[in-house]
Amino acid sequence: MTAFWAWFVAAGTVIFVIYCIWLITWSAKQGPTNKEDADLVGHKWDGDLEELNNPAPKWWLYLYFGTIVWALGYLVFYPGIGIFEGTLGWSKYGQYEEEMQAAADRYEPIYARFAEMDFDVLAQDPDAQQLGKSLFASYCTTCHGSDARGAAGYPNLTDNDWIWGDTEAAITTTIRQGRNSIMPSLAAALGGDAGVDNMVNYVRSLSGLVEADNAAMTAQPMFVALCSACHMPDGTGNQVLGGLNLTDDTWLYGSSEDAVRSTIVNGRNGVMPAHGDLLGDKKTKILAAYISSLSAAQ
Amino acid sequence: MDKTASYNDKVVRQFAIMTVVWGIVGMLVGLIVAAQLIWPQLNFDVPYLTYSRLRPLHTNAVIFAFGGSALFATCYYVVQRTCHVRLMFDKLAAFTFWGWQAIIVLAAITLPLGITQSKEYAELEWPIDLLIAVVWVAFAIVFFTTIGKRRIKHIYVANWFYGAFIITIAVLHIFNNLAIPVTLTKSYSIYTGVVDGMMQWWYGHNAVGFFLTAGFLGMMYYFVPKQAGRPVYSYRLSVVHFWSLIAVYMWAGPHHLHYTSLPDWAQTLGMVFSIILLAPSWGGMINGIMTLSGAWHKLRSDPILKFMIVALSFYGMSTFEGPMMSIKTVNALSHYTNWNIAHVHSGALGWVAMMTIGSLYSLIPRLYNRDSMHSIKLIDVHFWTSTIGVVLYAVPMWIAGVTEGLMWRAVNDDGTLTYSFVESIKAVEPYHAIRLLGGLVFFSGMIIMAYNVWKTISDRKPVPVAVIDPA
Repeated sequence: MTAFWAWFVAAGTVIFVIYCIWLITWSAKQGPTNKEDADLVGHKWDGDLEELNNPAPKWWLYLYFGTIVWALGYLVFYPGIGIFEGTLGWSKYGQYEEEMQAAADRYEPIYARFAEMDFDVLAQDPDAQQLGKSLFASYCTTCHGSDARGAAGYPNLTDNDWIWGDTEAAITTTIRQGRNSIMPSLAAALGGDAGVDNMVNYVRSLSGLVEADNAAMTAQPMFVALCSACHMPDGTGNQVLGGLNLTDDTWLYGSSEDAVRSTIVNGRNGVMPAHGDLLGDKKTKILAAYISSLSAAQ
Repeated sequence: MDKTASYNDKVVRQFAIMTVVWGIVGMLVGLIVAAQLIWPQLNFDVPYLTYSRLRPLHTNAVIFAFGGSALFATCYYVVQRTCHVRLMFDKLAAFTFWGWQAIIVLAAITLPLGITQSKEYAELEWPIDLLIAVVWVAFAIVFFTTIGKRRIKHIYVANWFYGAFIITIAVLHIFNNLAIPVTLTKSYSIYTGVVDGMMQWWYGHNAVGFFLTAGFLGMMYYFVPKQAGRPVYSYRLSVVHFWSLIAVYMWAGPHHLHYTSLPDWAQTLGMVFSIILLAPSWGGMINGIMTLSGAWHKLRSDPILKFMIVALSFYGMSTFEGPMMSIKTVNALSHYTNWNIAHVHSGALGWVAMMTIGSLYSLIPRLYNRDSMHSIKLIDVHFWTSTIGVVLYAVPMWIAGVTEGLMWRAVNDDGTLTYSFVESIKAVEPYHAIRLLGGLVFFSGMIIMAYNVWKTISDRKPVPVAVIDPA
């Protein structure tokens, strides 16, 4: 805040408070001071509208005055009048830092104990599991669901189908850095509707959903040319790239003809946001171990 | 009869009738969005019916269509009666009616289409904003020139509040909506980041302060003493609380931005001035309620007065709750929860709607040359549906708000959050259901009102009312 605006705000604040006090004292001086003397002011509108001039109730004036005194007191302790920061030195950032520090002091030992544990041990430890469950509830349920079974477009974390791998390193990286799974739109490359239809049938035949007829088999060379970089020539996928396995019965975006066609025609853009800064390494590890245990339990 | 010898009640009648119509429409949309919170499939996968588009339609309809029409109607009525002159510029007044209705219709079309500035209570895009500005300036011209022509020196207190409401809303509307148009349906605010946030809530809170408070206090200051047949309790109390209210409200906006990137000093000022605002707000409640002293027995027989006294009670409750919620530590619990919804509706249904309904029941017979409404009994039924409706609405939302606030901050022994977000949604579901019931009960009263109004006016031909001489 520049000096001008600081003084402007400070002056405005003080002037308005003085104005309120002046109104209270003005009121107390007007007209009769007790109720019995209250009389009509003497104006008359619309035939019968008149005004008495009772004094404002004393409790009301005291209430008004009291809030002003309280406000001035508050402004001594807290930032408010221009650049004056208040005698307590309070700021919202300071309060945030203080609360975060208090939380760190209190909870750090718990996390320190788990940080030393092996990933596999962590995935078995009941306390770590409880903690991981709470973390999952806060950070993951919005997309992956309260039961971690996901939804269309959001992977099921309880099955044994891992898009990016099930190792400690893979899960931890997924949580820490996030993932972006892009399936490009291939309608043009497939040469229009007939090509797309054939590819839809071919892809669905990989997992045995349909029997591939001759027309569908004409898409096979196209599959090898266009899709195998991510999905591999046999369609079994590639966890290094997050290329989905198309030969099993897990379908992230749905297995119906329409869903598969939509994926091929429009492409997909799956985003898992990065949580590293939010969670820190220790919590990330506990959460990864918990997620790892979800499918192990199946 | 010479035209200037009678009041211009045509525009008052138009606005009064549309108040009932828009009340029903706005509250119906409110019921739909309340039901969608329980049954999300009620949007039928139609983009125009999603919660995100209907919710601003609901708020705009009840605030600006229902509340706005009520303010126009009563303001035009009151300023003529208390200035003892006919409303100035018949054609300009007619323009404000048709212009305002056009704005409402444009809002009802553009909001479901998803055309929005994304500013709460200021969603409408720039061409509509321009129309609002033009209509509002016309409103100001009609009102203030009528004040200028008054035949009685002293300006009645109701007109101070209406005047402050008209001037301030013009300033708020114009500055908050300054934007650079890109196309006919898209613009970008000239403000960025936290300045945009501050402008928005300076506007947003004063829309509450001047549209929904000052304007309706103007209504209160005419219709309560009229209906009670008693003088206003205290002239000097009205002076003190008027000048305090309009000065202090201006500072309160930042309490909507606690613990955001808004600088600490602005947050503090928003909070301390909100606390100071308690007494000036209560001044209006005291003056209204005490005006009934000496006429308390009328509450037994007059359901219109019952509407007004309950409205004033909810006004007092909301204006106590508001300063309390502006305190940082309370706000840390209440912010972003259903507590806000409870607070807003105890004000909107309890204060704004009930004061409007009471005033309309007092006003409409006079506009149609009758002594009273078709059925006093139905007014009483409406009173009870409104009162029970507000309570059934606000109480579960209070409980839901505190529940959410506590669930969101609950922490396990290991420092993790006890509840996931979806658990808090599940926890408030029964309260959402009771709230819907409350809304339904309140809405049923509006249907009763529409019937009563129809029976009151359908066989009546309004006659011009002669301007009376000042006493």
